[in-house]
Amino acid sequence: MEGEKEMSENNSVMVFSDKYDLALEILGKAREIADKLQTELTAVLIGHVVQKKADEMIKYGADKVYVVDNHGLERFQPEAYLGVLHHLAVSLKPEIILIGSTKNGKPLAARLATRLGTGCVPDCAKLSLDEQKRLVGERMTYGGNAMAKLTFKMKPQIATVPARAFEKPEPKDRKGQVIKLEVKMEEPKTEIVETKPLETSNVRIEEAEVIVSCGRGLEKKEDKVLLEELSTVLCGQVGCSRPLAEDRKWFSEWVGLSGHKVRPKLYIACGISGVIQHVAGIRDSKVIVAINKDPEAPIFEIADYGVVGNLYEILPALKESIKKQLQ
Amino acid sequence: MRRIIVCLKQAVDVSQLKVDPATRQLITASAPRKMSDFDKNALEEAIKIKEKLGDAEIYTVTVSTEDAKAVLREALAMGADRAFFVNEPTLKDVDTFGTAYILAEMIRKIGEYSLILCGETSLDSFSGLVGPRLAELLNVPQMTSVRKILVEGDTVTAERTLEDAIETVKAKMPALVSVTREINQPRIPSLMMIMKASKKEIVTLTASDLKLDGDKIAPKIELVEVLAPKTERKKIKITGENAQEIADKLAKALIQEGVIGR
Repeated sequence: MEGEKEMSENNSVMVFSDKYDLALEILGKAREIADKLQTELTAVLIGHVVQKKADEMIKYGADKVYVVDNHGLERFQPEAYLGVLHHLAVSLKPEIILIGSTKNGKPLAARLATRLGTGCVPDCAKLSLDEQKRLVGERMTYGGNAMAKLTFKMKPQIATVPARAFEKPEPKDRKGQVIKLEVKMEEPKTEIVETKPLETSNVRIEEAEVIVSCGRGLEKKEDKVLLEELSTVLCGQVGCSRPLAEDRKWFSEWVGLSGHKVRPKLYIACGISGVIQHVAGIRDSKVIVAINKDPEAPIFEIADYGVVGNLYEILPALKESIKKQLQ
Repeated sequence: MRRIIVCLKQAVDVSQLKVDPATRQLITASAPRKMSDFDKNALEEAIKIKEKLGDAEIYTVTVSTEDAKAVLREALAMGADRAFFVNEPTLKDVDTFGTAYILAEMIRKIGEYSLILCGETSLDSFSGLVGPRLAELLNVPQMTSVRKILVEGDTVTAERTLEDAIETVKAKMPALVSVTREINQPRIPSLMMIMKASKKEIVTLTASDLKLDGDKIAPKIELVEVLAPKTERKKIKITGENAQEIADKLAKALIQEGVIGR
């Protein structure tokens, strides 16, 4: 019996994310991979009072959920979480480890890969298996200019998966096993002094069906109202390119490779020149509209509809026109 | 005297990268190189810390497979004191593990340090793995996604930008901090600074100087392909006599697309 157990675990697929929803999204894809490899899918849950979530993870596809329930692990701590995952990776010897690509998760994956002496492919938008059943991850590279397909020369194969790369699966009535683990906590090297919730809008821009976005063509902060009015008519949200958030501080977040990657039904880029990093964040939008004074702006190259013109004239006219035509 | 080490990458300038439209292959060989933006923020932050502390020196470390002297000269002109450089064309396939390992060996060779600063990620590959890997190899505290740093006594306090919160963390030095681009606005060196920098030292190291372990620099990842994404956009220009006419045509097109209205 013992031997059989060893075998089934030796080539399993393991999933962890410090963001629970993302862990569920990854479980869907991981289930598919585990089925193709005819192996077990294990999920790791770290935190405090997490039994309910553990049961739920089975419904989302996990065969086994390893739970480390510890008051000291309520908040993410790099060394402590790394210690848990490393312990599990060494004892269960999974062949694939998928980790949620969050601000805490990606460094965690990097360090786990280092401690295990293996490779890591971060931010995989797609995951598949090749003919030799090696994991293949696809990710954006060269500032959004290209997609790279990467695979692994050794095991375990560690990849990180960003939010919303995969759909959350439908929960099913499945059987599985929840296993409580006592792991000796690795000594933290950093101390959390304070955590302040970030001043963000309640709605996540990734979920918007329509985004009206502005770039450096917007002259004053107050002019945001032009975009807000149009987006209200379209039941959408307002976004911006990086310079408006990081340089001018008119917004707290931005759309682009280093900000939010979005795929709305409609993306309206107003006064956005279209540098490759911005394009990388909007490429999967269904329809892209570009409004820009400069006929040479690269944004027109990736737009379905281009208007060479002044956003200060076009936006109010467009709002009225849409209102009229939708009636 | 405190020593601050800044990790610098010579990256492909992605804004000037060309794609062969027939094959969707990137033309990287002739693409211009520059200091990775995020790393420039890390260097600027090191200079600011040095200015505040007074008694500090800044060393930069770079792993490259080609000449990176222009980038290193720029770093020295901005305010770094010495630049260390491994130029090994043989390391062509080195991945994030290998890069972090070589940087760790360079830093071990340099000796004592208080702080290692890195860019959160690199301009071209955008992996964001080397910083944390380096922290693991050197067994030092890691603080990532940092938008503010405060060095006081033997501790470093950093403000991290998370998805939904700002987290302030503290650690004893030596520590590794990776910074975001919002942390500062890097300075542009004056002609004076550029001239002064020509007297500063660039130390070139080889794989054998560092006694690199072949197993560790062997790639763990294999590149299957890199291709520019297919862009199949309609690229329809909407024109008209005035803004209203253009807006009417655009609104009509968007309704027909089925992306607005219900």
